[in-house]
Amino acid sequence: MTLDPLALALLVPVVAAPLLVLTPGYRASAWLNVAASALTFAAAASLFVIERPLPGDYLHIDDLNIVFIVLNTFVGLTAAVFSATYIGHELETGRVTTASLRFYHAMYQIMMFGMNLALMSNNIGLMWVAVELATLSTVLMVGLYRTNEALEAAWKYFILGSVGIALALFGTILIYMSAQPILGEGLPSMVWTNLIGSAALLDPHMLNVAFVFLLVGYGTKVGLAPFHAWLPDAHAEGPTPISAVLSGLLLNVALYAVLRFKMLMAANAAAVAPGPLMIGLGLLSLIFAAAMLYRRRDIKRLFAYSSIEHMGIIVFAFGMGGPLANFAGLLHMVMHSLTKSAIFFAIGSVTQIKGTQRLADIRGLTHSHPALGWALVIAVLSIAGMPPSGVFMSEFLVVTTSFSRSPILALILVFGLLLAFGALLLRLTGVAFGTPTGEDQEMHGSLVPLWLHIALIVLIGLHMPGPMVAWFQSVAALLG
Amino acid sequence: MHDLSFDIAHMLAGSLVLVSFMMIYQARLYALLNAFAMQAFLLATAVAWQAYIRDAPHLYASAAIALVFKAIIVPWALHRMVQRLGIHREIETVVGVVPTMLAGMGLVALSILLMLQLTETADSALAREDLAFSLSVILLGILMMVTRRNAVSQVVGFMSLENGLILAATGAQGMPFVVEISVAFSVLVAMIVIGVFLFRIRERFDSVDTEAIEQFRGEKQA
Amino acid sequence: MELIGAFLLQGLQMIVVLALAPGLTGLVRKIKARLTRHRGAPVLQPYRDLWRLSRKEVVLADNASWLFRVSPYMIFAATWVAAALVPTFAIGLYFSWTADLIAIVALLGSARFFLALAGMDVGTSFGGIGASREMMIGAFAEPAMLLMVFTVALVAGSTQLSNVAAFMQSDAVGIRVSLGMAMIALIIVALAENARIPVDNPATHLELTMVHEAMVLEYSGRHLAMIEIAASLKLILYISLIGAIFLPFGIGPASTGIFGLALGLALFLGKLAGASLLLAVFETSIAKMRVFRVPEFLGAALMLGLLGTLLLFVSRSL
Repeated sequence: MTLDPLALALLVPVVAAPLLVLTPGYRASAWLNVAASALTFAAAASLFVIERPLPGDYLHIDDLNIVFIVLNTFVGLTAAVFSATYIGHELETGRVTTASLRFYHAMYQIMMFGMNLALMSNNIGLMWVAVELATLSTVLMVGLYRTNEALEAAWKYFILGSVGIALALFGTILIYMSAQPILGEGLPSMVWTNLIGSAALLDPHMLNVAFVFLLVGYGTKVGLAPFHAWLPDAHAEGPTPISAVLSGLLLNVALYAVLRFKMLMAANAAAVAPGPLMIGLGLLSLIFAAAMLYRRRDIKRLFAYSSIEHMGIIVFAFGMGGPLANFAGLLHMVMHSLTKSAIFFAIGSVTQIKGTQRLADIRGLTHSHPALGWALVIAVLSIAGMPPSGVFMSEFLVVTTSFSRSPILALILVFGLLLAFGALLLRLTGVAFGTPTGEDQEMHGSLVPLWLHIALIVLIGLHMPGPMVAWFQSVAALLG
Repeated sequence: MHDLSFDIAHMLAGSLVLVSFMMIYQARLYALLNAFAMQAFLLATAVAWQAYIRDAPHLYASAAIALVFKAIIVPWALHRMVQRLGIHREIETVVGVVPTMLAGMGLVALSILLMLQLTETADSALAREDLAFSLSVILLGILMMVTRRNAVSQVVGFMSLENGLILAATGAQGMPFVVEISVAFSVLVAMIVIGVFLFRIRERFDSVDTEAIEQFRGEKQA
Repeated sequence: MELIGAFLLQGLQMIVVLALAPGLTGLVRKIKARLTRHRGAPVLQPYRDLWRLSRKEVVLADNASWLFRVSPYMIFAATWVAAALVPTFAIGLYFSWTADLIAIVALLGSARFFLALAGMDVGTSFGGIGASREMMIGAFAEPAMLLMVFTVALVAGSTQLSNVAAFMQSDAVGIRVSLGMAMIALIIVALAENARIPVDNPATHLELTMVHEAMVLEYSGRHLAMIEIAASLKLILYISLIGAIFLPFGIGPASTGIFGLALGLALFLGKLAGASLLLAVFETSIAKMRVFRVPEFLGAALMLGLLGTLLLFVSRSL
């Protein structure tokens, strides 16, 4: 069967979810979670080696989503491993109950299913459903701790996410309306490969309006300012593995959805180029988030704003357009995913050790826990854009492209990057160096996922795999 | 000018917008739930009528879903929840009713103008009108969510937004059933989520006034 | 000869309207009384009241100006003309070319103007309250009325009442949600303008609940009689307006023979009776609104009118 790995990658989470609900005892369910994620990853990774299946009405694999699917399942696996080691302590301290942990694991698998389905889908309606499913499951997980703050965060996330998803659906309907006279009624007008094939014939005005709705709708999920209000709270109040997955994966999936539609716009000559809009939103997010980094006192909130900042950079890059900037944007999506999740892995362990999320109370990590501390240092330096991380590479590409196109925008971009760099470095020196404070608790979270990610970051930074470069280049050309 | 079938469809879709306004006008929670039930009922009738005149049998299913879930089950469930949790039944608003209605009027006019202009090339008058009215209902739903401080009324606003989306999906000729099932599915899940949340919110606070939970906004503390 | 006939017919309409107005008020009061299990005054009591008032001495305050004495006549004249123009049992009467909806709104507006001025004239606080509340209600009711007029005019293609009634009788109308909204808006405006519950209580003299009654508190004798009959004329005007626009059956052209006219008159009486029953039931079943809620209520009428116009715009441009 041609769709085997795809079907497997989707079926495993779906089957695992009800199993996880039924599994008693958190240890069993945690490791079942890991096993399911590993299986999903294996299925996805096999896509690298087997021949690509032909696009169907619902699923397809092309240059754009192949890397993201593997990345998605990979980070899902490492996050599951980290979660398995992390969550036991949460149970001990009473922040969660066994029943809610079963629910948590089941939701985790459903979220993975939703994200994989969104990445693989060839049908814009199905993609919408999958993104909504993933969002809903994360909403439930954010509220896991049931504190007042967690409820407020989950409620805000739910409301904002729902409005965003509704606007995105309206945009999807408009796309269908524009395609329907050309591709006919029903399913063919929703299939993305058909749409991109006849993109030049679609009604440009309707595409314009549809893209605005889609950008605002999916952009809320990406966390672009001014639609970002849910992001810091959701990251800070939810369990740390979920923050890792949110920042690392869900934002990417939403951005991927925007990219699919941007490709449609690019293929239609008469449609208004969405560049300026995306550049504006990207810069706004960048500057806003970078400025907000200075006043944060909670470590998870700090890196949540850093996610907003990076999403801003990525959207700016795609708004710029052109082969180099698009390539940079795609690369940045991958690197940010790996790096940010690594940071959250580290932070998870840090908060468990120190028992607090306040930056002022976390000091001298490199002295008290060298493996953890130095990993955090490397990860934060990477996300701040120091070589040899891949983030440096993509930021470099974006800056050079924008200098050649529009120096003023490049100046704003560099200003934002430096602003963020300064804030992160400031906080990092406080956290990592200096004399350790307070009593430390035992570290439960595994360091393996963290160091694995760092290794990957450095590796890709030094030498990008050939196939990945080739795929990204071909997609960059299509993105216009 | 237009035949009777179009007139009836126009009347049903127009009444949908009217009921959205009525929902903004309500000051009490039970009345709001009743108005929402009426809106869902009108939506079901409108979808069923369009299924009839366009000979599209799959729309009957979505009309039935809208009728059963949104006109009957959801208002009843919310009603029970409000009763059981003792949520207080006055709807607090951010701005008064009159400015909200004026803003709503502006949004409706804007969306009608935009959509009619956009769909000039579409051949079906029904599709054009459906999209115009559905965007109005969507924007009115968002307006309701933005101007209400009571969590239940925000949720009702969100559901009226979904009603608008179903109308839009109906208007888009031949949109596959996948979307309609998904919208219903999301309503169901949303219902569960809402129920869970409202219960948890009730555990923590005495009312479902979201202004009260704003003070726990992490931003202010960190 | 024809001219005299036409004049007579027009004059007949004026007399009919004037003659029926107090009876209508009496009928509404009687039904309300019956619904609340009172015996109620006889239906013809308003006629006796008017006769009694017209023979009584007029008592004027010392500081009443000429406006105070002139206003009742102005109000009566404006309202009577407006009521006489609305087609009741026939359309196409001799002066029907002047029966423009906007002109009627203007006439009623000028009546309101004089009433409010008269209320403020003597300088009592009640009069001031009544006048300000009346103006507030008018500030919402008039735009709502005009939007209703626009909606109807967009559908019927004219603001002249005879043409509107003729169009509504024809088959070209179809089912229109905008007309439904316009009718509800007109009913709300009618309730507000006639000082009926839920906007104002015509049977009370408490400061909290008065609008219309507050303004006329100082009047006595024949002045009061004129104002009372003007109020009754306003009620019959609105009812025949609703009948002419939305329920125009039986209103034939003036050229139909005596049977057609008699049928029209009989149907008109039937509509009046039905309307008074509905009004009485409505008034007894709901409570009066607080004054600051009235703008919301009228705002709803305004929104209905606006929405009706918008929907018409949509259906016309499709």
